[in-house]
Amino acid sequence: MARPGTADAPLRVAIVGAGPTGYYAADQLFRQAGVAIEVDMYDRVPTPYGLVRAGVAPDHQKIKSVTASFDKVAANPRFRFFGCVELGRHVTVADLRAHYHMVVYTTGAQTDRRMGIPGEDLRNSHAATEFVAWYNGHPDYRDLTFDLSHERAAIVGVGNVAVDVARILSRTPEELAVTDIADYALEALRSSRVREVYLLGRRGPAQAAFTNPEVKELGELADSDVTAVPEEVELDDLSRAAMERASDRATQKKVDLLQEYARRAPSAKRRRLILRFLVSPVEVLDDGAGAVGGLRLVRNKLYATETGTLQPKPTGEFEDLPVGLLFRSVGYKGVPVPDVPFNDKWGVILNEKGRVLDGESKQPVIGEYTAGWIKRGPTGVIGTNKPDAAETVACMIEDLGRDQHLQPAAPSREAAERLVRERQPQCFSYPDWLKLNELELRRGKETGRPRVKFTRIEDMLAALGRR
Amino acid sequence: MTIASLLARKGVKVVTIQPEHQIRQALALLAEHNIGAVVVVDPGARPIGILSERDIVRAAIGDERGVFDRPVSALMTRNVIVGVPQDDLVSVGYTMTEKRIRHLPVVEQGRLVGIISIGDVVKAQRDQYQGEVDTLQFQLIAEQEKPVAQA
Repeated sequence: MARPGTADAPLRVAIVGAGPTGYYAADQLFRQAGVAIEVDMYDRVPTPYGLVRAGVAPDHQKIKSVTASFDKVAANPRFRFFGCVELGRHVTVADLRAHYHMVVYTTGAQTDRRMGIPGEDLRNSHAATEFVAWYNGHPDYRDLTFDLSHERAAIVGVGNVAVDVARILSRTPEELAVTDIADYALEALRSSRVREVYLLGRRGPAQAAFTNPEVKELGELADSDVTAVPEEVELDDLSRAAMERASDRATQKKVDLLQEYARRAPSAKRRRLILRFLVSPVEVLDDGAGAVGGLRLVRNKLYATETGTLQPKPTGEFEDLPVGLLFRSVGYKGVPVPDVPFNDKWGVILNEKGRVLDGESKQPVIGEYTAGWIKRGPTGVIGTNKPDAAETVACMIEDLGRDQHLQPAAPSREAAERLVRERQPQCFSYPDWLKLNELELRRGKETGRPRVKFTRIEDMLAALGRR
Repeated sequence: MTIASLLARKGVKVVTIQPEHQIRQALALLAEHNIGAVVVVDPGARPIGILSERDIVRAAIGDERGVFDRPVSALMTRNVIVGVPQDDLVSVGYTMTEKRIRHLPVVEQGRLVGIISIGDVVKAQRDQYQGEVDTLQFQLIAEQEKPVAQA
């Protein structure tokens, strides 16, 4: 059998997941000299861009501008998009293996890590990722409700998701109205009674994952004073030594900024955002009616592991923090893809450098690959997925050269599309998305906002005149 | 970024050897898997030492004929520095460089769960910085262009 990759018989690749990594993988594939490649990209929601649309905060439009480069990839005539098509529901791994030479899973980390403490499932205790998906208009989360009638809210974690949630809860309706936040979320937040927002970090200020621009932004909110507890932002000896030996100026700047926040006198702003460090929740307290009434915190001390990483250790000193609303943001977690070997330990698809491994033999599964968060876990910024996808694509090209790929009986664009349309008549194409994009932008223009999102699949179909 | 994200894309194979095995067997493992060190474990999968190609080279100079028959336990480095999956790659990279450690066994509750090399750490950091530069460049370009509204 001739090796695929010629103009007459292109290498056909399915990419499952239309987030940044999916696009980076497609881009890398199209850049391969001398190999003709066709890419069909699948996503379970009708719209592309993954977490750039549904995760990146609506008040961070600049970060979302990376989608312009994604659209360039999608403009390649050898690229197609099948939105609203879910693997395991509309198509199976076996279907993909029958229509493509290679399949790449870039499904990301679709759920959140749990804290594993008593009371975690009380009413008004949420995963921060659900709140994020809700305010960003993700169709699966748009109908969630959050009780914003409480005055005090806490967010466990100090990563960028935690900081996003704290900012969205602290912003004024006027600040939010100029973003592309989902319109129902804007309405709900307009009547929010939240006055105090706590961000809880288990380690010290020097170890907090948030970046300096993010910290700075917290100090510039229109109607919320940011503050910190002076003794919690003091540097301990271990942190100081670690920063000095690495001459880490960025972290020094972050600590300086946090110390400045701790010294700031409160102004007349209506809200307060309190940054706490060296505390871990050990229990979510019941308000007596099955809802969150507070959080029991233990104070931590830092210790150095053998490699010099500073980790928290509980001191045995406790404190109760009364809050009525709780968001946990202690990390994302990958979800197994139906019929694809999973590595439970790390919450990723079982793989080596992006080659999916068989669960039993631990040998590569011919034709199946993975990239992005579902390959290495949820770390890094959007761009980190580019070298990650490049590593996977390098494996694919190497395997193609060794004739290690699937042998679909009659691979063709038409056959794949027939299958998809038959299984999911509502399927959305890239031209569909470009049309929706234009409509969303137009709706935004009419109301002075960057965009007004469609958040229901029925509304998207209606807007396209398809029902 | 933590050690866990390195182990996540390394499959599940961790090449180990037992202390009573011979150096000959250790060399076969190093060659077969194209690696530079092998973790020495007890029957409970607890790491008790590490044997690197360098340990063998050093021993071979004084004992050209006998070295192959010697037990792993005679040449391995004891008192091994180990990492845990939550260790941060910045401190791991610093410690490995300062202490001249090329291979770091990773343990969880005393049991070996993987091994990372200084090369793995350097590559992960390079990719992280490359990704950050790329992302920052995009934002800068976006700032320079007229206000855009995306996704």
